[in-house]
Amino acid sequence: MSCKLYVERSPRVAARKLGDEVMIMSGLDSTLFTLDEVATIIWEAADGSIPLEEIVDSKICAQFEVERGEALLDATELVEGLAGHGILLLSSEPVIMPNSPRKAGQ
Amino acid sequence: METRNAVQELTTTLAGAEITIEIGGVPICVHSTDSSFLEMLERRYAGFVNWGGSAEFDFDIELAEPAAADADLRVTWDAGLWRVERGDFAAVFDPHSRKGRIRQSPNPYSIDAVFRILHTLLLAQEGGFLLHAASAIRNGKAFVFAGVSGAGKTTIASLAPPDVTLLTDEISYIRKDGNRYLAFGTPFTGELGKLGENVSAPLAALYLLEKGPQNQTAPVTAADASRAFLANVLFFAEDPKLVRSVFHSACEFVGQVPIHRLAFLPDSSVWEMLT
Repeated sequence: MSCKLYVERSPRVAARKLGDEVMIMSGLDSTLFTLDEVATIIWEAADGSIPLEEIVDSKICAQFEVERGEALLDATELVEGLAGHGILLLSSEPVIMPNSPRKAGQ
Repeated sequence: METRNAVQELTTTLAGAEITIEIGGVPICVHSTDSSFLEMLERRYAGFVNWGGSAEFDFDIELAEPAAADADLRVTWDAGLWRVERGDFAAVFDPHSRKGRIRQSPNPYSIDAVFRILHTLLLAQEGGFLLHAASAIRNGKAFVFAGVSGAGKTTIASLAPPDVTLLTDEISYIRKDGNRYLAFGTPFTGELGKLGENVSAPLAALYLLEKGPQNQTAPVTAADASRAFLANVLFFAEDPKLVRSVFHSACEFVGQVPIHRLAFLPDSSVWEMLT
């Protein structure tokens, strides 16, 4: 049985949605990232409380004609890449939220 | 211990003669015991010397040969002090006492770099920017022309008709003023080698420069405008909080100021589009 992957937006970045794109700047090295439509969906859902596979099921497979296994593979690759840049935090456990859920970009 | 020593140094009385350089409406007084160095600054920043007004910031300058001339620039926040270090200078600045100390070799380039960096730090906290861009005033309105080296900043500045007031051909100074932005002249020159006029005006538009087969403006999406704008913002500090602040300020700027692409021929006809 594979463990679940939880994703959370890093508090060390700044993000804004401009038009259809989300732009993110790393606070560590000022690198600028732009997320496409699918990456934006994952980013906005990444509050640390929902497993990635649930995000894929409810947000991606529900909106796009894509096979679930392929979508989950792509999403895992994406979040690992973003985590490598310090944009997302990954965990095998849900993140305990001390306050109400943060909104994207805050 | 090093930090405590730096703080103690900053609280000592500033000695020697002084000169106040006002860029972007921010008067900075520099003190030195070397009168020839101050005379050099007076010539270098002609038009930006504030004679008689009070300064907002004070820096004591110690002239010395560089310790490690090739060292890269670092701008760090440490125990309540900004530290700005490069091979040819080392500066420490206390934003609360508004005093600092610069140790540098006796050349104009080092203090020029310190001024630029100091202004980026000050502007970042109030929603303004130093921008890799030319800027000018026409009919009471300021226009900014951003672009990397070779995009045409110096070209468009040199093509300006006589009724245009040049603010800079290299580094533009933009301050937030309520719900608008003001562009100020700077002494930071590019290839034109000409200091800007020490005046300001409300910013009317920002153009992203491209050389093209004809004079033409084109719209830019908010995301593209933000990317291009951020690519031209001067900011050096290794400080996540301030980096995030600059990012949000840039997004706010893009949402308020008209931004267009501007392709232009290398002749003065382009200025007829900018009124």
